Amino acid sequence: MNKGRYIVSSNQRISSTGVWKMILHPAERCVFPELRPGQFVNIALKGHYLRRPISVCDWDSENRSITLVYKTVGAGTRDMSTCLTGTELDLLAGLGNGFPIEGKRPLLVGGGVGMPPMLALARAFLKSGIAPVVVGGFASAADVILEDDFSALGIEMLIATMDGSRGVAGTVLEHVRKIDADCIYACGPKPMLKALSKLPQPAYLSVEERMGCGYGVCMGCNCPTVDGYKRVCKDGPVFRKEDLVW
Amino acid sequence: MVATKLGSPSLPTCMVATKLGNLSLANPLIGASGTAGFGRELKEWGALDAFGGISVKGTTLNPRQGNPPPRIAECKSSLINAVGLQNPGIEKVAGEELPWLRKNYSGLVLANISGFSVEEYAACASKLDSSLADIIELNISCPNVHGGGMAFGTDPEAAARVTRAVKEVSALPVFVKLSPNVTDITAIASACQDAGADGVCMINTVGAMRIDIRRRRPVLGNVCGGLSGPAVFPIAVKMIWQCSHKLSIPIIGCGGVSSAEDVVEMMMAGASAVEIGSATLTDPFAARDILERLPALMDELGIKELKEIIGIC
Repeated sequence: MNKGRYIVSSNQRISSTGVWKMILHPAERCVFPELRPGQFVNIALKGHYLRRPISVCDWDSENRSITLVYKTVGAGTRDMSTCLTGTELDLLAGLGNGFPIEGKRPLLVGGGVGMPPMLALARAFLKSGIAPVVVGGFASAADVILEDDFSALGIEMLIATMDGSRGVAGTVLEHVRKIDADCIYACGPKPMLKALSKLPQPAYLSVEERMGCGYGVCMGCNCPTVDGYKRVCKDGPVFRKEDLVW
Repeated sequence: MVATKLGSPSLPTCMVATKLGNLSLANPLIGASGTAGFGRELKEWGALDAFGGISVKGTTLNPRQGNPPPRIAECKSSLINAVGLQNPGIEKVAGEELPWLRKNYSGLVLANISGFSVEEYAACASKLDSSLADIIELNISCPNVHGGGMAFGTDPEAAARVTRAVKEVSALPVFVKLSPNVTDITAIASACQDAGADGVCMINTVGAMRIDIRRRRPVLGNVCGGLSGPAVFPIAVKMIWQCSHKLSIPIIGCGGVSSAEDVVEMMMAGASAVEIGSATLTDPFAARDILERLPALMDELGIKELKEIIGIC
């Protein structure tokens, strides 16, 4: 967890549906943060009062780079997409709890722009000698992202699209039901997470909420759990499925 | 005097020191309730010690779950929150949180308490003493809980009643946190002073609401909430200025402070200390950065000590 200035080294659109990939390097005096898969950064953007929380897609400690993959859904992310190479951004990095690395046959499920954190998670599993199965659910073929990035890790992303234009037609469950996994890791829309929570395996689910501070002081992003409202930014964003209340 | 950086041995502490009644603060910056938790997260950042005081998360007699999400709506230069006083209750706060803060922090501790009846406020206050807190910040102005909180802050008689009740059960100085959502804030402030308040803190958030035009419904789970951030700063300055001319007790200023300039301005309006709230939500180091800049600004403005400027306007 640290605060620092980062420099945008590239910021490119990676799908026709408004998904962008931004690569950042810490500015000279900024220490590279310790990161875990499933954590997020909180970015200050000119003209927007609150920071924008964006999940970390991947990072490279040696090259000191952080990769963010985000969709332009509002004014903040739209402005983020206009940041040119060389732009300096103020980041709080290494926020949230992140995913644990557990299970011998892990299944990683991403829905839409819930896909990005699965890349660093897949890399972490590979590092510990385990090849995870990765499933991506998207609205249509045009929304599919990060397929090549997973290929580069030697992982074939199993794709499901709602309109059937790529992979299996339907939701991620079309794939998930057929996979012998002992632990599920997921990030994506609530209906997807809820459906996955009904499967027998243990599951770690990354949830999303509007945030205030992003580091646990304001109680602004709390979500209902069996133990009362918990902070998505600090107690989460990753929760065990049995802790969440739908 | 030349401005020095915070943390260096030659820090001109006297320059930025201030007082609230008999209580001394190393600097005028107090973490506003609801934006500093109980200090633990700011400690993790290494950002806690920059504050001259910390007002902890609003606490009620019984634990509260707070409002359904979404609880935050962003606005231009501001945000609306409708957290709804989620807190673990006074027993846990007095038993775990405040002792932790005392042990890990040497600045002034303000216990912010709220309630739904005079009895509840008094019961909450009776659990606090000087081993746990230096000031009771009596929150009679939370806009986000129904049937309580702000109801006491909009009626001078009710405000006086709750102030008296808390003064009766506690030896701690009581600062009443006032709502700006009233016709005449000076009437409420005066009523609190007459009822024995040792000071007031103002302002709490300004009632506000946003609508999601695509979904055609309110953004917040609670529909309405309280606006804070730089957008409310001028409102706070005006109300502090109004009250400072009517009151003899000290005022803690609060509302959108985000720079050293804001601190000086709010103190000129009549504040003896200044809370930093939303600015901390946008940056855990906001108070540190303000404090680092303050001595240089004071030099520039020819201010030797902050007490020179309190209420000079």
